[in-house]
Amino acid sequence: MRQTGKRRGNSGAGKVIILVFYFILLFIPIYWMLNTSFKSNTEIQGMLTLFPAEVTGRNYLKIFTDPLWVRSFIQTIGYVVINVVMVLAAAIPAAYAFSRLRFRGQQHLFFWLLTNRMAPGAAFLVPMFILFSSLGLFDTMIAVSLAHCLFNLPLAIWILEGFMRGIPREIDETAFIDGYSFLRFFWKIFMPLIKQGVGVTAFFCFMFSWVELLLCRTLTSVGVKPVSVALTRSLGAGGWDYGVIAAAGVLTMIPGAVVVYFVRNYIVKGFAMGRV
Amino acid sequence: MKTRVIWFLLPALLLMSVSAFLPVMTVLNYSLHVLFAGSIPKYIGLENYKAAMHTEPFVKAIGRQFIYTLEILLLEIPLGLALAMTLPKKGIFVGLVLVLLGIPLLIPWNVVGIIWRLFIRADIGVLPEAFKRIGVAYSVEKAHPAWWTVIAMDVWHWTPLVTLLCYAGLRAIPQEFYQAARVDSASKFATFRYVTLPKLKHVMIIAVLLRSMDSFKVYSEPFILTAGGPGTTTELLSLFVSRQAIGAFNLGLSSAFSLIYFIIVLVMCYVLYVTMTQIGERR
Repeated sequence: MRQTGKRRGNSGAGKVIILVFYFILLFIPIYWMLNTSFKSNTEIQGMLTLFPAEVTGRNYLKIFTDPLWVRSFIQTIGYVVINVVMVLAAAIPAAYAFSRLRFRGQQHLFFWLLTNRMAPGAAFLVPMFILFSSLGLFDTMIAVSLAHCLFNLPLAIWILEGFMRGIPREIDETAFIDGYSFLRFFWKIFMPLIKQGVGVTAFFCFMFSWVELLLCRTLTSVGVKPVSVALTRSLGAGGWDYGVIAAAGVLTMIPGAVVVYFVRNYIVKGFAMGRV
Repeated sequence: MKTRVIWFLLPALLLMSVSAFLPVMTVLNYSLHVLFAGSIPKYIGLENYKAAMHTEPFVKAIGRQFIYTLEILLLEIPLGLALAMTLPKKGIFVGLVLVLLGIPLLIPWNVVGIIWRLFIRADIGVLPEAFKRIGVAYSVEKAHPAWWTVIAMDVWHWTPLVTLLCYAGLRAIPQEFYQAARVDSASKFATFRYVTLPKLKHVMIIAVLLRSMDSFKVYSEPFILTAGGPGTTTELLSLFVSRQAIGAFNLGLSSAFSLIYFIIVLVMCYVLYVTMTQIGERR
Protein backbone atom coordinates (compact mmCIF):
# COMPACT_ATOMS: atom_id res chain seq x y z
CA MET A 1 0.00 0.00 0.00
CA ARG A 2 2.80 2.33 0.87
CA GLN A 3 4.56 2.47 -2.49
CA THR A 4 1.39 3.59 -4.26
CA GLY A 5 1.03 6.49 -1.89
CA LYS A 6 2.65 9.04 -4.19
CA ARG A 7 0.61 8.15 -7.22
CA ARG A 8 -2.56 8.32 -5.17
CA GLY A 9 -1.51 11.70 -3.87
CA ASN A 10 -1.36 13.01 -7.43
CA SER A 11 -4.74 11.68 -8.40
CA GLY A 12 -5.99 13.20 -5.14
CA ALA A 13 -5.07 16.65 -6.43
CA GLY A 14 -6.89 15.86 -9.67
CA LYS A 15 -9.95 14.86 -7.70
CA VAL A 16 -9.93 18.09 -5.76
CA ILE A 17 -9.77 20.09 -9.01
CA ILE A 18 -12.70 18.14 -10.49
CA LEU A 19 -14.73 18.64 -7.33
CA VAL A 20 -14.00 22.35 -7.11
CA PHE A 21 -14.91 22.78 -10.79
CA TYR A 22 -18.16 20.89 -10.25
CA PHE A 23 -19.07 22.94 -7.21
CA ILE A 24 -18.46 26.15 -9.14
CA LEU A 25 -20.88 24.97 -11.84
CA LEU A 26 -23.30 23.99 -9.11
CA PHE A 27 -23.30 27.36 -7.43
CA ILE A 28 -23.20 29.81 -10.33
CA PRO A 29 -26.96 29.65 -10.99
CA ILE A 30 -27.79 29.91 -7.27
CA TYR A 31 -25.40 32.81 -6.89
CA TRP A 32 -26.98 34.53 -9.87
CA MET A 33 -30.39 34.53 -8.21
CA LEU A 34 -28.93 35.81 -4.93
CA ASN A 35 -27.04 38.47 -6.85
CA THR A 36 -30.15 39.51 -8.77
CA SER A 37 -32.22 39.74 -5.61
CA PHE A 38 -29.96 42.50 -4.23
CA LYS A 39 -29.90 44.62 -7.39
CA SER A 40 -32.12 47.44 -8.45
CA ASN A 41 -34.20 46.81 -11.55
CA THR A 42 -32.26 49.33 -13.65
CA GLU A 43 -29.07 47.46 -12.86
CA ILE A 44 -30.63 44.03 -13.54
CA GLN A 45 -31.80 45.07 -16.98
CA GLY A 46 -29.16 47.61 -17.85
CA MET A 47 -25.90 45.70 -17.43
CA LEU A 48 -24.57 42.33 -16.39
CA THR A 49 -22.68 42.77 -13.15
CA LEU A 50 -21.21 39.92 -11.16
CA PHE A 51 -21.71 41.86 -7.95
CA PRO A 52 -24.50 44.31 -7.22
CA ALA A 53 -23.01 47.76 -7.89
CA GLU A 54 -25.30 49.05 -5.23
CA VAL A 55 -26.70 46.55 -2.73
CA THR A 56 -30.36 47.27 -2.21
CA GLY A 57 -32.93 45.71 0.07
CA ARG A 58 -35.73 47.19 -2.00
CA ASN A 59 -36.85 43.85 -3.45
CA TYR A 60 -37.16 42.24 -0.03
CA LEU A 61 -38.81 45.32 1.44
CA LYS A 62 -41.32 45.27 -1.37
CA ILE A 63 -42.32 41.72 -0.52
CA PHE A 64 -42.58 42.39 3.20
CA THR A 65 -44.70 45.50 2.70
CA ASP A 66 -46.94 44.13 -0.05
CA PRO A 67 -50.02 42.70 1.73
CA LEU A 68 -50.60 40.25 -1.12
CA TRP A 69 -47.14 38.71 -0.79
CA VAL A 70 -47.37 38.64 3.02
CA ARG A 71 -50.76 36.96 2.79
CA SER A 72 -49.35 34.41 0.34
CA PHE A 73 -46.55 33.48 2.69
CA ILE A 74 -48.90 33.21 5.71
CA GLN A 75 -51.43 31.12 3.80
CA THR A 76 -48.73 28.83 2.45
CA ILE A 77 -47.28 28.25 5.91
CA GLY A 78 -50.87 27.68 7.06
CA TYR A 79 -51.74 24.87 4.66
CA VAL A 80 -48.29 23.31 4.95
CA VAL A 81 -48.60 23.11 8.75
CA ILE A 82 -52.15 21.70 8.54
CA ASN A 83 -50.86 19.13 6.06
CA VAL A 84 -47.89 18.09 8.20
CA VAL A 85 -50.04 17.73 11.33
CA MET A 86 -52.67 15.71 9.48
CA VAL A 87 -50.10 13.51 7.81
CA LEU A 88 -48.19 12.77 11.01
CA ALA A 89 -51.37 12.04 12.97
CA ALA A 90 -52.44 9.49 10.37
CA ALA A 91 -49.03 8.12 9.40
CA ILE A 92 -47.62 7.28 12.85
CA PRO A 93 -50.29 4.70 13.74
CA ALA A 94 -50.35 3.35 10.17
CA ALA A 95 -46.56 2.94 10.09
CA TYR A 96 -46.75 1.19 13.46
CA ALA A 97 -49.26 -1.26 12.02
CA PHE A 98 -47.04 -1.94 9.00
CA SER A 99 -43.89 -2.44 11.04
CA ARG A 100 -45.35 -4.42 13.98
CA LEU A 101 -48.56 -6.16 13.05
CA ARG A 102 -49.18 -8.81 10.45
CA PHE A 103 -52.41 -8.72 8.53
CA ARG A 104 -53.84 -9.99 5.30
CA GLY A 105 -53.15 -7.86 2.24
CA GLN A 106 -50.35 -6.01 4.01
CA GLN A 107 -47.94 -6.14 1.06
CA HIS A 108 -50.62 -5.06 -1.39
CA LEU A 109 -51.76 -2.20 0.78
CA PHE A 110 -48.20 -1.01 1.22
CA PHE A 111 -47.62 -1.15 -2.52
CA TRP A 112 -50.83 0.74 -3.18
CA LEU A 113 -49.74 3.47 -0.77
CA LEU A 114 -46.35 3.64 -2.46
CA THR A 115 -47.91 4.07 -5.88
CA ASN A 116 -49.64 7.19 -4.60
CA ARG A 117 -46.32 8.66 -3.51
CA MET A 118 -45.23 8.15 -7.10
CA ALA A 119 -48.52 9.15 -8.68
CA PRO A 120 -48.22 12.11 -11.03
CA GLY A 121 -50.27 15.03 -9.76
CA ALA A 122 -51.15 16.00 -13.32
CA ALA A 123 -53.34 12.91 -13.61
CA PHE A 124 -55.47 13.97 -10.64
CA LEU A 125 -56.31 17.52 -11.59
CA VAL A 126 -59.80 17.10 -13.03
CA PRO A 127 -61.28 14.83 -10.34
CA MET A 128 -59.69 16.77 -7.49
CA PHE A 129 -61.06 20.00 -8.82
CA ILE A 130 -64.53 18.51 -9.11
CA LEU A 131 -64.35 16.69 -5.77
CA PHE A 132 -63.24 19.69 -3.76
CA SER A 133 -65.65 22.00 -5.56
CA SER A 134 -68.58 19.72 -4.72
CA LEU A 135 -67.45 19.58 -1.09
CA GLY A 136 -67.40 23.37 -1.06
CA LEU A 137 -63.68 23.35 -0.28
CA PHE A 138 -62.39 24.87 -3.50
CA ASP A 139 -60.03 27.80 -2.90
CA THR A 140 -59.46 26.95 0.78
CA MET A 141 -56.32 25.99 2.63
CA ILE A 142 -57.95 22.72 3.73
CA ALA A 143 -58.37 21.63 0.10
CA VAL A 144 -54.68 22.13 -0.63
CA SER A 145 -53.56 20.33 2.52
CA LEU A 146 -55.91 17.42 1.82
CA ALA A 147 -54.71 17.19 -1.78
CA HIS A 148 -51.08 17.18 -0.65
CA CYS A 149 -51.79 14.07 1.44
CA LEU A 150 -51.72 12.27 -1.91
CA PHE A 151 -47.93 12.20 -1.94
CA ASN A 152 -47.02 13.16 1.65
CA LEU A 153 -48.95 10.50 3.53
CA PRO A 154 -47.42 7.52 1.68
CA LEU A 155 -44.00 9.12 1.96
CA ALA A 156 -44.47 9.61 5.72
CA ILE A 157 -45.63 6.05 6.24
CA TRP A 158 -42.70 4.79 4.20
CA ILE A 159 -40.04 6.76 6.11
CA LEU A 160 -41.56 6.09 9.54
CA GLU A 161 -41.94 2.38 8.84
CA GLY A 162 -38.21 2.28 8.09
CA PHE A 163 -37.36 3.96 11.38
CA MET A 164 -39.78 1.80 13.38
CA ARG A 165 -38.45 -1.40 11.88
CA GLY A 166 -35.05 -0.46 13.32
CA ILE A 167 -36.45 -0.56 16.86
CA PRO A 168 -36.39 -4.04 18.36
CA ARG A 169 -39.76 -5.63 19.01
CA GLU A 170 -38.54 -6.76 22.44
CA ILE A 171 -39.01 -3.20 23.66
CA ASP A 172 -42.75 -3.41 22.97
CA GLU A 173 -43.01 -6.80 24.61
CA THR A 174 -41.04 -5.81 27.71
CA ALA A 175 -43.21 -2.74 28.18
CA PHE A 176 -46.42 -4.78 27.97
CA ILE A 177 -45.05 -7.32 30.47
CA ASP A 178 -44.21 -4.44 32.76
CA GLY A 179 -47.87 -3.55 32.66
CA TYR A 180 -47.84 -0.50 30.44
CA SER A 181 -51.11 0.18 28.68
CA PHE A 182 -50.76 0.47 24.93
CA LEU A 183 -51.31 4.19 24.78
CA ARG A 184 -48.92 4.89 27.67
CA PHE A 185 -46.26 2.69 26.07
CA PHE A 186 -46.73 4.41 22.74
CA TRP A 187 -46.49 7.90 24.13
CA LYS A 188 -43.86 7.42 26.86
CA ILE A 189 -41.54 4.83 25.32
CA PHE A 190 -42.12 4.44 21.60
CA MET A 191 -42.49 8.06 20.54
CA PRO A 192 -39.22 9.22 22.15
CA LEU A 193 -37.45 6.38 20.34
CA ILE A 194 -38.67 7.43 16.91
CA LYS A 195 -38.61 11.19 17.40
CA GLN A 196 -35.73 11.59 14.94
CA GLY A 197 -37.78 9.69 12.38
CA VAL A 198 -40.74 11.95 13.07
CA GLY A 199 -38.47 14.97 12.59
CA VAL A 200 -37.14 13.74 9.26
CA THR A 201 -40.65 12.87 8.11
CA ALA A 202 -41.99 16.27 9.11
CA PHE A 203 -39.14 17.89 7.22
CA PHE A 204 -39.81 16.07 3.96
CA CYS A 205 -43.57 16.57 4.19
CA PHE A 206 -42.97 20.24 4.88
CA MET A 207 -40.65 20.55 1.87
CA PHE A 208 -42.87 18.74 -0.59
CA SER A 209 -46.00 20.60 0.45
CA TRP A 210 -44.17 23.94 0.50
CA VAL A 211 -42.93 23.65 -3.07
CA GLU A 212 -45.81 21.86 -4.75
CA LEU A 213 -47.11 23.90 -7.65
CA LEU A 214 -49.53 21.98 -9.84
CA LEU A 215 -52.21 20.89 -7.36
CA CYS A 216 -52.27 24.11 -5.38
CA ARG A 217 -52.46 26.06 -8.64
CA THR A 218 -55.53 24.09 -9.67
CA LEU A 219 -57.28 24.15 -6.31
CA THR A 220 -57.00 27.85 -5.55
CA SER A 221 -58.00 31.07 -7.25
CA VAL A 222 -58.37 34.34 -5.36
CA GLY A 223 -59.08 33.41 -1.75
CA VAL A 224 -55.87 31.47 -1.28
CA LYS A 225 -52.73 32.31 -3.20
CA PRO A 226 -49.81 29.95 -2.49
CA VAL A 227 -46.32 31.42 -2.79
CA SER A 228 -45.37 29.07 -5.62
CA VAL A 229 -48.44 30.23 -7.52
CA ALA A 230 -47.78 33.91 -6.79
CA LEU A 231 -44.28 33.40 -8.15
CA THR A 232 -45.40 31.85 -11.41
CA ARG A 233 -48.25 34.28 -11.90
CA SER A 234 -45.87 37.19 -11.69
CA LEU A 235 -43.64 35.32 -14.15
CA GLY A 236 -46.44 35.09 -16.66
CA ALA A 237 -47.36 38.76 -16.48
CA GLY A 238 -45.88 41.03 -19.11
CA GLY A 239 -43.38 43.31 -17.42
CA TRP A 240 -42.18 41.26 -14.52
CA ASP A 241 -40.24 42.52 -11.63
CA TYR A 242 -37.09 40.38 -11.80
CA GLY A 243 -35.67 41.67 -8.54
CA VAL A 244 -38.80 40.84 -6.55
CA ILE A 245 -39.06 37.38 -8.10
CA ALA A 246 -35.44 36.64 -7.24
CA ALA A 247 -36.00 37.87 -3.70
CA ALA A 248 -39.15 35.76 -3.35
CA GLY A 249 -37.15 32.78 -4.63
CA VAL A 250 -34.52 33.35 -1.96
CA LEU A 251 -37.20 33.71 0.72
CA THR A 252 -38.86 30.49 -0.42
CA MET A 253 -35.60 28.65 0.22
CA ILE A 254 -35.31 29.85 3.81
CA PRO A 255 -37.89 27.68 5.65
CA GLY A 256 -36.39 24.56 4.08
CA ALA A 257 -32.88 25.66 5.04
CA VAL A 258 -33.97 26.22 8.65
CA VAL A 259 -35.54 22.78 8.92
CA VAL A 260 -32.50 21.22 7.21
CA TYR A 261 -30.35 22.66 9.94
CA PHE A 262 -32.37 20.86 12.61
CA VAL A 263 -32.36 17.45 10.95
CA ARG A 264 -29.00 17.79 9.17
CA ASN A 265 -27.57 14.55 10.55
CA TYR A 266 -30.41 12.45 9.21
CA ILE A 267 -30.93 13.90 5.76
CA VAL A 268 -28.18 11.90 4.11
CA LYS A 269 -29.54 8.80 5.78
CA GLY A 270 -32.99 9.59 4.43
CA PHE A 271 -31.67 10.03 0.90
CA ALA A 272 -29.43 6.99 1.16
CA MET A 273 -32.32 4.81 2.23
CA GLY A 274 -33.82 5.70 -1.11
CA ARG A 275 -36.98 6.61 0.74
CA VAL A 276 -37.16 10.11 -0.59
CA MET B 1 -55.17 -8.35 17.42
CA LYS B 2 -57.08 -8.54 14.15
CA THR B 3 -59.62 -5.90 15.09
CA ARG B 4 -56.90 -3.52 16.21
CA VAL B 5 -55.25 -3.25 12.82
CA ILE B 6 -58.12 -1.34 11.30
CA TRP B 7 -57.97 1.36 13.97
CA PHE B 8 -54.30 1.93 13.25
CA LEU B 9 -54.93 2.25 9.55
CA LEU B 10 -58.26 4.06 9.58
CA PRO B 11 -57.03 7.69 9.66
CA ALA B 12 -54.54 7.06 6.87
CA LEU B 13 -57.09 5.20 4.76
CA LEU B 14 -59.67 7.96 5.21
CA LEU B 15 -57.22 10.63 4.11
CA MET B 16 -56.03 8.55 1.18
CA SER B 17 -59.56 7.88 0.04
CA VAL B 18 -60.15 11.61 -0.31
CA SER B 19 -56.82 12.46 -1.88
CA ALA B 20 -56.17 9.36 -3.96
CA PHE B 21 -58.86 6.69 -4.18
CA LEU B 22 -61.85 8.86 -5.07
CA PRO B 23 -59.93 10.88 -7.66
CA VAL B 24 -58.59 7.75 -9.40
CA MET B 25 -62.03 6.19 -9.50
CA THR B 26 -63.49 9.43 -10.85
CA VAL B 27 -60.92 9.63 -13.62
CA LEU B 28 -61.53 5.99 -14.50
CA ASN B 29 -65.28 6.61 -14.61
CA TYR B 30 -64.94 9.74 -16.75
CA SER B 31 -62.57 8.10 -19.17
CA LEU B 32 -65.22 5.53 -20.10
CA HIS B 33 -67.84 8.12 -20.99
CA VAL B 34 -68.52 10.76 -23.56
CA LEU B 35 -68.46 13.71 -21.25
CA PHE B 36 -68.47 17.36 -22.10
CA ALA B 37 -68.74 19.90 -19.33
CA GLY B 38 -72.41 20.27 -18.53
CA SER B 39 -73.76 17.50 -20.77
CA ILE B 40 -75.24 14.13 -19.81
CA PRO B 41 -72.53 11.42 -19.77
CA LYS B 42 -72.86 8.46 -22.10
CA TYR B 43 -70.95 5.20 -21.69
CA ILE B 44 -68.68 4.40 -24.63
CA GLY B 45 -66.23 1.82 -23.30
CA LEU B 46 -62.66 2.29 -24.43
CA GLU B 47 -63.37 4.74 -27.26
CA ASN B 48 -61.66 7.60 -25.40
CA TYR B 49 -58.49 5.55 -25.10
CA LYS B 50 -58.49 4.83 -28.82
CA ALA B 51 -58.98 8.51 -29.50
CA ALA B 52 -56.18 9.38 -27.08
CA MET B 53 -53.74 7.05 -28.76
CA HIS B 54 -54.59 8.68 -32.07
CA THR B 55 -54.05 12.19 -30.72
CA GLU B 56 -50.78 13.22 -32.28
CA PRO B 57 -49.64 15.77 -29.65
CA PHE B 58 -50.19 13.19 -26.90
CA VAL B 59 -48.23 10.47 -28.66
CA LYS B 60 -45.50 12.98 -29.39
CA ALA B 61 -45.40 14.06 -25.73
CA ILE B 62 -44.99 10.41 -24.68
CA GLY B 63 -42.14 10.01 -27.14
CA ARG B 64 -40.54 13.24 -25.97
CA GLN B 65 -40.86 12.09 -22.37
CA PHE B 66 -39.05 8.82 -23.09
CA ILE B 67 -36.26 10.63 -24.92
CA TYR B 68 -35.96 13.08 -22.03
CA THR B 69 -35.70 10.29 -19.47
CA LEU B 70 -33.17 8.40 -21.56
CA GLU B 71 -31.00 11.48 -22.02
CA ILE B 72 -30.97 12.52 -18.37
CA LEU B 73 -30.14 8.94 -17.35
CA LEU B 74 -27.23 8.80 -19.83
CA LEU B 75 -25.88 12.02 -18.36
CA GLU B 76 -26.72 11.71 -14.67
CA ILE B 77 -25.76 8.11 -13.96
CA PRO B 78 -22.14 8.21 -15.29
CA LEU B 79 -21.61 11.73 -13.97
CA GLY B 80 -23.03 10.85 -10.57
CA LEU B 81 -20.88 7.75 -10.32
CA ALA B 82 -17.75 9.60 -11.41
CA LEU B 83 -18.39 12.31 -8.83
CA ALA B 84 -19.02 9.76 -6.09
CA MET B 85 -15.62 8.28 -6.83
CA THR B 86 -13.89 11.64 -6.53
CA LEU B 87 -15.51 12.43 -3.17
CA PRO B 88 -13.19 12.08 -0.17
CA LYS B 89 -13.89 8.98 1.89
CA LYS B 90 -12.61 10.36 5.15
CA GLY B 91 -11.26 13.58 6.59
CA ILE B 92 -12.62 16.81 7.92
CA PHE B 93 -14.20 17.85 4.63
CA VAL B 94 -16.49 14.87 4.13
CA GLY B 95 -19.46 16.37 5.96
CA LEU B 96 -19.05 19.76 4.33
CA VAL B 97 -18.70 18.33 0.81
CA LEU B 98 -21.79 16.15 1.25
CA VAL B 99 -23.89 19.06 2.48
CA LEU B 100 -22.73 21.34 -0.37
CA LEU B 101 -23.42 18.57 -2.83
CA GLY B 102 -26.92 18.05 -1.49
CA ILE B 103 -27.95 21.69 -1.79
CA PRO B 104 -29.68 21.43 -5.20
CA LEU B 105 -31.79 18.56 -3.84
CA LEU B 106 -33.04 20.74 -1.03
CA ILE B 107 -33.96 23.75 -3.13
CA PRO B 108 -37.71 23.91 -3.71
CA TRP B 109 -38.47 22.71 -7.22
CA ASN B 110 -40.23 25.85 -8.30
CA VAL B 111 -37.25 27.88 -7.12
CA VAL B 112 -35.02 25.65 -9.26
CA GLY B 113 -37.12 26.83 -12.18
CA ILE B 114 -36.81 30.46 -11.08
CA ILE B 115 -33.05 30.14 -10.61
CA TRP B 116 -32.61 28.77 -14.10
CA ARG B 117 -34.98 31.24 -15.68
CA LEU B 118 -33.05 34.15 -14.22
CA PHE B 119 -29.85 32.42 -15.29
CA ILE B 120 -30.74 31.88 -18.95
CA ARG B 121 -32.95 34.80 -19.92
CA ALA B 122 -31.56 36.68 -22.86
CA ASP B 123 -31.89 40.13 -21.30
CA ILE B 124 -30.80 39.50 -17.71
CA GLY B 125 -29.11 36.09 -17.58
CA VAL B 126 -25.42 35.41 -17.31
CA LEU B 127 -25.44 32.26 -19.45
CA PRO B 128 -26.49 33.86 -22.77
CA GLU B 129 -23.90 36.58 -22.16
CA ALA B 130 -21.19 33.97 -21.53
CA PHE B 131 -22.13 32.16 -24.75
CA LYS B 132 -22.07 35.44 -26.65
CA ARG B 133 -18.54 36.18 -25.41
CA ILE B 134 -17.26 32.85 -26.79
CA GLY B 135 -19.21 33.37 -30.00
CA VAL B 136 -21.92 30.71 -29.68
CA ALA B 137 -25.48 31.57 -30.60
CA TYR B 138 -27.77 30.71 -27.72
CA SER B 139 -31.39 31.52 -27.14
CA VAL B 140 -34.10 29.60 -25.29
CA GLU B 141 -36.50 30.93 -27.88
CA LYS B 142 -35.11 28.27 -30.21
CA ALA B 143 -36.04 24.60 -29.97
CA HIS B 144 -32.65 22.95 -29.55
CA PRO B 145 -31.13 25.26 -26.96
CA ALA B 146 -34.42 25.21 -25.03
CA TRP B 147 -34.43 21.41 -24.96
CA TRP B 148 -30.83 21.18 -23.81
CA THR B 149 -31.41 23.85 -21.19
CA VAL B 150 -34.24 21.79 -19.70
CA ILE B 151 -31.95 18.74 -19.75
CA ALA B 152 -29.10 20.72 -18.18
CA MET B 153 -31.41 21.92 -15.43
CA ASP B 154 -32.41 18.36 -14.61
CA VAL B 155 -28.79 17.21 -14.59
CA TRP B 156 -27.85 20.16 -12.38
CA HIS B 157 -30.72 19.39 -10.02
CA TRP B 158 -30.61 15.61 -9.72
CA THR B 159 -27.04 14.41 -10.32
CA PRO B 160 -26.31 14.95 -6.60
CA LEU B 161 -28.93 12.35 -5.71
CA VAL B 162 -27.20 9.77 -7.91
CA THR B 163 -23.88 10.80 -6.38
CA LEU B 164 -25.14 10.38 -2.81
CA LEU B 165 -26.61 6.97 -3.62
CA CYS B 166 -23.39 5.80 -5.33
CA TYR B 167 -21.31 7.24 -2.51
CA ALA B 168 -23.28 5.26 0.07
CA GLY B 169 -22.83 2.19 -2.13
CA LEU B 170 -19.07 2.75 -2.51
CA ARG B 171 -18.64 3.14 1.22
CA ALA B 172 -20.33 -0.22 1.74
CA ILE B 173 -17.70 -2.11 -0.33
CA PRO B 174 -15.25 -3.78 2.08
CA GLN B 175 -11.64 -2.61 1.60
CA GLU B 176 -10.49 -6.27 1.38
CA PHE B 177 -11.76 -6.44 -2.19
CA TYR B 178 -9.47 -3.61 -3.24
CA GLN B 179 -6.55 -5.10 -1.38
CA ALA B 180 -7.13 -8.41 -3.17
CA ALA B 181 -7.26 -6.58 -6.50
CA ARG B 182 -3.98 -4.85 -5.66
CA VAL B 183 -2.35 -8.16 -4.75
CA ASP B 184 -3.40 -9.45 -8.15
CA SER B 185 -1.91 -6.19 -9.55
CA ALA B 186 -5.13 -5.47 -11.35
CA SER B 187 -5.17 -2.26 -13.39
CA LYS B 188 -7.28 0.66 -12.25
CA PHE B 189 -9.80 -0.01 -14.97
CA ALA B 190 -9.96 -3.71 -14.19
CA THR B 191 -10.51 -2.95 -10.50
CA PHE B 192 -13.31 -0.60 -11.43
CA ARG B 193 -14.84 -3.02 -13.91
CA TYR B 194 -14.62 -6.21 -11.86
CA VAL B 195 -14.76 -4.99 -8.25
CA THR B 196 -16.52 -1.65 -8.01
CA LEU B 197 -19.21 -1.93 -10.68
CA PRO B 198 -20.60 -5.35 -9.69
CA LYS B 199 -20.78 -4.26 -6.07
CA LEU B 200 -22.62 -1.11 -7.05
CA LYS B 201 -25.14 -2.93 -9.21
CA HIS B 202 -28.01 -2.72 -6.73
CA VAL B 203 -27.47 0.92 -5.91
CA MET B 204 -27.28 1.75 -9.61
CA ILE B 205 -30.53 -0.07 -10.34
CA ILE B 206 -32.26 1.91 -7.61
CA ALA B 207 -30.78 5.17 -8.92
CA VAL B 208 -31.91 4.42 -12.49
CA LEU B 209 -35.42 3.50 -11.41
CA LEU B 210 -35.84 6.44 -9.06
CA ARG B 211 -34.63 8.88 -11.68
CA SER B 212 -36.77 7.37 -14.45
CA MET B 213 -39.87 7.58 -12.35
CA ASP B 214 -39.27 11.06 -11.02
CA SER B 215 -38.37 12.37 -14.46
CA PHE B 216 -41.76 11.17 -15.67
CA LYS B 217 -43.41 13.34 -13.06
CA VAL B 218 -41.30 16.46 -13.44
CA TYR B 219 -43.54 19.49 -13.75
CA SER B 220 -42.62 22.68 -11.88
CA GLU B 221 -39.12 23.19 -13.25
CA PRO B 222 -39.84 22.93 -17.00
CA PHE B 223 -43.15 24.72 -16.52
CA ILE B 224 -41.42 27.74 -15.03
CA LEU B 225 -38.42 27.58 -17.35
CA THR B 226 -40.05 27.18 -20.75
CA ALA B 227 -43.73 26.30 -20.12
CA GLY B 228 -43.26 23.67 -22.84
CA GLY B 229 -42.16 26.19 -25.44
CA PRO B 230 -41.07 27.27 -27.93
CA GLY B 231 -44.18 25.70 -29.50
CA THR B 232 -44.42 22.31 -27.86
CA THR B 233 -40.77 21.36 -28.23
CA THR B 234 -40.15 20.99 -24.50
CA GLU B 235 -43.66 19.91 -23.52
CA LEU B 236 -43.14 16.85 -21.37
CA LEU B 237 -45.93 14.44 -20.53
CA SER B 238 -46.96 16.11 -17.27
CA LEU B 239 -47.16 19.49 -18.99
CA PHE B 240 -49.30 18.10 -21.78
CA VAL B 241 -51.68 16.22 -19.48
CA SER B 242 -52.16 19.13 -17.10
CA ARG B 243 -52.70 21.57 -19.96
CA GLN B 244 -55.41 19.26 -21.23
CA ALA B 245 -56.94 18.91 -17.77
CA ILE B 246 -57.01 22.56 -16.75
CA GLY B 247 -60.05 24.12 -18.34
CA ALA B 248 -60.78 20.90 -20.15
CA PHE B 249 -63.82 20.81 -22.39
CA ASN B 250 -63.78 17.16 -23.34
CA LEU B 251 -63.51 15.62 -19.87
CA GLY B 252 -63.68 12.03 -21.13
CA LEU B 253 -60.70 12.40 -23.43
CA SER B 254 -58.58 14.35 -20.95
CA SER B 255 -59.33 11.71 -18.31
CA ALA B 256 -58.11 9.06 -20.72
CA PHE B 257 -54.86 11.04 -21.15
CA SER B 258 -54.51 11.24 -17.37
CA LEU B 259 -55.11 7.56 -16.86
CA ILE B 260 -52.68 6.42 -19.57
CA TYR B 261 -50.07 8.67 -17.99
CA PHE B 262 -50.89 7.27 -14.55
CA ILE B 263 -50.59 3.68 -15.78
CA ILE B 264 -47.16 4.31 -17.32
CA VAL B 265 -45.90 5.64 -13.98
CA LEU B 266 -47.62 2.80 -12.13
CA VAL B 267 -45.80 0.17 -14.17
CA MET B 268 -42.46 1.85 -13.46
CA CYS B 269 -43.39 2.05 -9.80
CA TYR B 270 -44.17 -1.66 -9.70
CA VAL B 271 -40.80 -2.51 -11.22
CA LEU B 272 -39.06 -0.31 -8.62
CA TYR B 273 -40.99 -1.84 -5.73
CA VAL B 274 -40.31 -5.42 -6.78
CA THR B 275 -36.62 -4.67 -7.38
CA MET B 276 -36.16 -2.95 -4.05
CA THR B 277 -37.96 -5.71 -2.16
CA GLN B 278 -35.77 -8.33 -3.82
CA ILE B 279 -32.61 -6.39 -3.06
CA GLY B 280 -33.78 -5.97 0.53
CA GLU B 281 -34.30 -9.72 0.87
CA ARG B 282 -30.94 -10.59 -0.63
CA ARG B 283 -29.17 -8.47 1.96
